[in-house]
Amino acid sequence: MSTINTIQNLTNQEYKWGFVTSVEEDKIPKGLNEDVVRLISAKKGEPEFMLDWRLKSYRHWSSLEKSHAEPKWANVKFGPIDYQNMVYYSAPKKKLSLTSLEEVDPEVLRTYDRLGIPLLEQQRLAGVAVDAVFDSVSVATTFKEKLAEAGVIFCSFSEAVLNHPELVKKYLGSVVPYTDNFFASLNAAVFSDGSFVYVPKGVRCPMELSTYFRINAAETGQFERTLIIADEGAYVSYLEGCTAPIRDENQLHAAVVELVALENATIKYSTVQNWYPGDKEGRGGIYNFVTKRGKCQGRNSKISWTQVETGSAITWKYPSCILVGDNSVGEFYSVALTNNYQQADTGTKMIHIGKNTTSTVVSKGISAGHGQNTYRGMVKIQKGATGARNYTQCDSLLIGDKCGAHTFPYIEVQNSTARMEHEASTSKIGEDQIFYSRQRGLTSEEAVSMIINGFCRQVFHELPMEFAVEAQKLLSISLEGSVG
Amino acid sequence: MSILEVKDLHANIHNHEILKGVDLTVNPGEVHSIMGPNGSGKSTLAQVLARRESYEVTRGQVLLNGKDLLAMKPEEAACEGLFMAFQYPVEIPGISNAYFLRAAVNAIRKYRGEEELDAMDFLPLLKEKMRLLEMDEHFLSRPVNEGFSGGEKKRNEIVQMAVLEPRMAILDETDSGLDIDALKIVAKGVNAMRSADRAILVVTHYQRLLNYIVPDYVHVLVDGRIVKSGGPELALELEEKGYVGWAEPGSAAAD
Repeated sequence: MSTINTIQNLTNQEYKWGFVTSVEEDKIPKGLNEDVVRLISAKKGEPEFMLDWRLKSYRHWSSLEKSHAEPKWANVKFGPIDYQNMVYYSAPKKKLSLTSLEEVDPEVLRTYDRLGIPLLEQQRLAGVAVDAVFDSVSVATTFKEKLAEAGVIFCSFSEAVLNHPELVKKYLGSVVPYTDNFFASLNAAVFSDGSFVYVPKGVRCPMELSTYFRINAAETGQFERTLIIADEGAYVSYLEGCTAPIRDENQLHAAVVELVALENATIKYSTVQNWYPGDKEGRGGIYNFVTKRGKCQGRNSKISWTQVETGSAITWKYPSCILVGDNSVGEFYSVALTNNYQQADTGTKMIHIGKNTTSTVVSKGISAGHGQNTYRGMVKIQKGATGARNYTQCDSLLIGDKCGAHTFPYIEVQNSTARMEHEASTSKIGEDQIFYSRQRGLTSEEAVSMIINGFCRQVFHELPMEFAVEAQKLLSISLEGSVG
Repeated sequence: MSILEVKDLHANIHNHEILKGVDLTVNPGEVHSIMGPNGSGKSTLAQVLARRESYEVTRGQVLLNGKDLLAMKPEEAACEGLFMAFQYPVEIPGISNAYFLRAAVNAIRKYRGEEELDAMDFLPLLKEKMRLLEMDEHFLSRPVNEGFSGGEKKRNEIVQMAVLEPRMAILDETDSGLDIDALKIVAKGVNAMRSADRAILVVTHYQRLLNYIVPDYVHVLVDGRIVKSGGPELALELEEKGYVGWAEPGSAAAD
């Protein structure tokens, strides 16, 4: 009997990042219309071209909303979202124009400290430049000067719009157009901030770049937008982390990430997503509806996505690669964990257009509690993609007997020279595996953690070292108390 | 002091009484065998001693090296030196045999306040034991028991036992599903483990295994009680006459 508890306890996790920071907010009233879009743009002092783009996006989204074009195909269930009943802009009040970190609201700094992201004690994360986004705005970016020496631009999206409008104009919407999908349109209309990275020709970015996203305000949606451009021969590795307080209502997070890799450039993009997942009964939690896409525009370019998804009530996310340049390479490494009543429908799209393009997909889905985990992936080989290759591996791990794993691979091949491989497996950790391990001297937690880490090793291997450790810890915490 | 002392042990599963008062004393250096027909409670006894929580102990006492075994969690019992070779070894996907076993060794070493072994120290030890059980080195990197044949699984259990060096080893029907060659290899591995400070309890239905692992004592378990104890000759007697005469009709239980 208690062995069944063992598994059930697996769902008794606690979310350790669920505190709320008390900080004065500059928040606009609930609801969405053209005036709100204009207000957001005005608050950020944006140039005309940005406002125009936002308005076009808003009108498009508005027509989608009227025709109920919210995507319904994902294998997730949730009630209707009232888009007029949320706040589209919230920022900690103190921020005017920051020249140094000392000017950031100490409450906000303390928040990042509690999250283990010390903006002030940069030594502890030596070699990693951090951009911190609090609710709708970027509050701090570290190591700016050092990066500037190398010619790397790493700043908040708002700053990029003001200081590098030519780059923003050229690349914004070039990978994810504002018409792409319902949530991407919404984001384009109301996005408030995010990170911007430009690595110039031939530059290897001297340190890891990372952004920590934090939702704090209640009844607020978070819509950030990230744009990363690696010019010819450039290299950059970027990591994002996300957390949010515990709240009873569901909060919407609809982000867009666009990556552009020019000839011989490489972008490595890693995500450790830990938004509040909701409580044990499935109340509250973030709706994480995100569009992430990279374009390997130049020859021999490479884009590699690595994601560890442990949070959010619902995840809807398919970081994809469009392989335009000949010999370009797309990679997707994913660990997605659903516990309690979490639902995830995640995977990737690899679109092969150029010759001799290759893609690798490694997806590891873990379901526990009543979690539902879906892998959805598309590999498309277009006519001109002679010599294209894809390898897909898709593994599911079930913990207990109340959860589910689902796999939907789509393969479309229009060129007979393509080589495709697809492997899939499903395994289960039950009471037997745990008792067996305990009889050999391991505690239930050690056993589960060992099995999970073994299962995820291939993906963790792709994360930058510091974050691999963090991700491992996060997985054990997300499954804590699960056993024993 | 005895390694294992079982007194008047009663145990249920799903409110059904399987063990109805077992008494057993096992001293260092001894090999005991528990024999009995299907449903007599042999495997239940092994599982209860290994602290499987689905079995409820309703009465009695068990001491492991003088400590209250029934108060221990399975991993504590393991760390206190109790090992059970499973009748049906479990497959653990994604974890290599070598990694699993090193984690187990280190969990036990940590419990005892000993220094943990790194892979460099551990591998030679493991390889040596694998040679003894005639297991190819490629089993090091194979996931625990996954895709192993029945015989390979049982040999793997004995490799684990050899590496973990328990004080009290329980073999739960290790002979089931083994051909004669594998049986001999397993027996060789077990016999190599016999020592003055270790005890072994061999749970089996058939006498066959006892030709190769010769016990000091044989106990006959019928309907949840030990009905007769004797020397190795008792096993031969059972082989000849069967359990007929001891088994009470209608006493079948989950074994």
